[in-house]
Amino acid sequence: MAAPFSWIRPEPWGIHVVPAGAWIDPSRPVDRALVTHGHSDHARGGHGETIATPATLAIMELRYQTRAGAKPVEYSETLEIGGGVSATYIPAGHVLGSAQILLEHAGERVIVTGDYKRRPDPTCPPFAVTPCDIFITEATFGLPVFCHPPIGEEIGTLLDAIRAEPDRCVLVGAYALGKAQRVIAELRAAGHRDPIYLHGALERMCRLYEEHGVDLGELRLVSDYKKDDMRGAIVLCPPSALNDRWSRRLPEPITAMASGWMRVRQRARQRQVELPLVISDHADWGELTRTIEEVNPAETWITHGREEALLRWCQLHQRRARALALVGYEDEDD
Amino acid sequence: MQRFAALVDRLVYTSSRNAKLALIAHYLRETPDPDRGWALAALTDGLNFPAVKSSTIRNLLSERVDPILWTLSRDFVGDTAETASLLWPSPENDVMGPPTVSEAVELLGGMTRVSVMSELPKLLDRLDPSGRYALLKLATGAMRIGISSRLAKVAFAQAFDVSVEDVEEYWHGLAPPYEPLFAWAAEGATPPDNQGLPLFRPFMLAHPLEDGELDLAEYAAEWKWDGIRVQLVHLGGETRIYSRSGDDVTGTFPEMADALTIPAVLDGELLVRGSHQGGETGGAASFNALQQRLGRKTVSAKMLAEYPAFVRLYDVLILDGEDLRELAWSERRARLEALMPRLPAERFDLSQVVEAADFAELGRIREGARDDAIEGLMLKRRDSPYVAGRRTGLWYKWKRDPLVVDAVLMYAQRGSGKRSSFYSDYTFGCWDGDPDQGAELLPVGKAYFGFTDEELKQLDRYVRNHTVNRFGPVRETDKSLVFEVAFDSVHASKRHKSGLAMRFPRIHRIRWDKPAHEADRIASLKALIRD
Repeated sequence: MAAPFSWIRPEPWGIHVVPAGAWIDPSRPVDRALVTHGHSDHARGGHGETIATPATLAIMELRYQTRAGAKPVEYSETLEIGGGVSATYIPAGHVLGSAQILLEHAGERVIVTGDYKRRPDPTCPPFAVTPCDIFITEATFGLPVFCHPPIGEEIGTLLDAIRAEPDRCVLVGAYALGKAQRVIAELRAAGHRDPIYLHGALERMCRLYEEHGVDLGELRLVSDYKKDDMRGAIVLCPPSALNDRWSRRLPEPITAMASGWMRVRQRARQRQVELPLVISDHADWGELTRTIEEVNPAETWITHGREEALLRWCQLHQRRARALALVGYEDEDD
Repeated sequence: MQRFAALVDRLVYTSSRNAKLALIAHYLRETPDPDRGWALAALTDGLNFPAVKSSTIRNLLSERVDPILWTLSRDFVGDTAETASLLWPSPENDVMGPPTVSEAVELLGGMTRVSVMSELPKLLDRLDPSGRYALLKLATGAMRIGISSRLAKVAFAQAFDVSVEDVEEYWHGLAPPYEPLFAWAAEGATPPDNQGLPLFRPFMLAHPLEDGELDLAEYAAEWKWDGIRVQLVHLGGETRIYSRSGDDVTGTFPEMADALTIPAVLDGELLVRGSHQGGETGGAASFNALQQRLGRKTVSAKMLAEYPAFVRLYDVLILDGEDLRELAWSERRARLEALMPRLPAERFDLSQVVEAADFAELGRIREGARDDAIEGLMLKRRDSPYVAGRRTGLWYKWKRDPLVVDAVLMYAQRGSGKRSSFYSDYTFGCWDGDPDQGAELLPVGKAYFGFTDEELKQLDRYVRNHTVNRFGPVRETDKSLVFEVAFDSVHASKRHKSGLAMRFPRIHRIRWDKPAHEADRIASLKALIRD
């Protein structure tokens, strides 16, 4: 009998599921990849076989124009992946198609969360707490200073800004996959019916969300309209376009950014953001610690982000924990 | 406090000066006394609570947060007050609603080094993270959000549609929360009485003389000296020296403070003794020498001996209890001349009137002044009263033509605010020898104005198309574009590799036509040094 949990091995380029010859969210091409969600630091092209939810596979196809070896798996469906290992994809509440992966082998249960949040999100099903022995969690916002306010407040701030200066527009920098669509969906839920203008780089992903049943209301491409058409409107672009030449075609934009990092003033100032919106698709400190308590695993492994602080918290709360040194995960523009 | 916190947050994220002014003006109009006065004092670093230090905040947090989590958080956030505002635990029991700014100021003012440990937490419990941040910044007197006292005064003037010169004059006599100032500006009450106090009186300033001639029967000419404009005030038994912005620089020039013992308010140019800037009554050194004395809080005996200061007087505003500002310049001038024998000669001289038969001759005299480090001429209407600010038609400055040099664009940096998508700050250089014999360009200065919006667009495009290297927000260009750079003077400098530093450089013309190797050499710039 092998040592407990020797079948799951953290390696620098991903979590290795040894008996199945598979890796989770590998940062280099492998024969079999189990992918939690479509963000580029988790989902890369070039694998022999890619097992993911249908939505994640659609996102990957959109980004890498390849569907070779794609193997869809529905939420809650259990898949035998070989070597006596089964995988179950469970909603993670991060973005469309995002999943935690529950791996079971010889009665041992391991969950890899990928990225997740616990707040409601109209674009994806909520994170489901699932018992396990080893809980491998992200820690992007793993510092006690991170406490994302209710999204309604931030959406209210955004709408107030556009009402206060109807001759200008508010340009919101938002990550192209997930954040942009969530902001739009939340604006719609708050009763904002006006057309929302998009940078070209956001268009295809918004269409994909709509094809998956997320209603985003009337969307227009900035390039199809004149400066004056966009006065009093909300415009979305990827964060990289915020201070780019592209923004010169907009009517005196108020620069906003939707990101969990906006909680820290210096982060907002570095990006020359005038209207910081603390909107994140990751768990904040309170969600991370509450989730560990609710899942109540025998051991917590912490992957990417500020592992040190979460490790310290586990220590203070007499929980077994270790930090994994995985490469390739970035502080995306969340 | 929430309104003030919201204002602080908006100011943190706003880079445009006009937008900052509008935010502060709006707050001052909409907020009642005394909150707005305390807020104004907080913004301009006018408050001090000795009981609350940065270490106080650290100590309070160490009782509430694990020290390792505190350190990790503080390192990430980069600011103690902000970290504390984010980490402060929500109170378990019901607490009073948020305090007003004046209540917070009163409570903070009543705290001692001992009581602060139990009293400050009660105040923090009543606020949200944004409010806690504003409170801690206010309490530790370290707002640092780019609000100069001048900006605050301009905002105040804008809020109540009064003149900024009046605001300057009345402000100086008052302590926070400045209620008489608000009563005067917002409700038209009698302005606060400052007579007899050693306060700053706003300077009379000049417009540039663009073109046209003035009749010398109506206007008197004086040299415009290249020092720092100061106001010396001796009232109520005390002497103060104010810079042009109204900052108190008395401590920097103690020998001048000791030299004025007559109740008077005098306007003049502060200079240090030297062989240049000849003048008529004893020479003064160049601005570069004066810079050795600027910005020092304490002055050594050696400094005082090597760079002795004196003031070349232009005007007298108040003398022996009499306010002369309503009098004509010619009458004030006569009073000033009569005053000179009562002042110590090693510390004061008189700015001479420049005599000329007509305007054409005056123009020749101005051109001849090239060799002296004189900025140009001042033309003052003989019947002008001394009025604060720039009043059209009374005083003109007629600067000598700027020096120009052809330099090559080397680096460009992104601007801020409206210019954040443009490469608008340019570093340019001159050749350290013959460019055909392998000479190199050395940076000689940096400029970010002097061009039109249209030219900015062209320059931005040029930079993007001629980039050879990127360093964060800076791009290195292929060094092919020549600027004609105008500047007021050039000085020797050990801090720059080129060995010189320009004063007030600006882009005069863009020489799209000129090849880079025909740009000027360092040597020809060095020849213009007059230190």
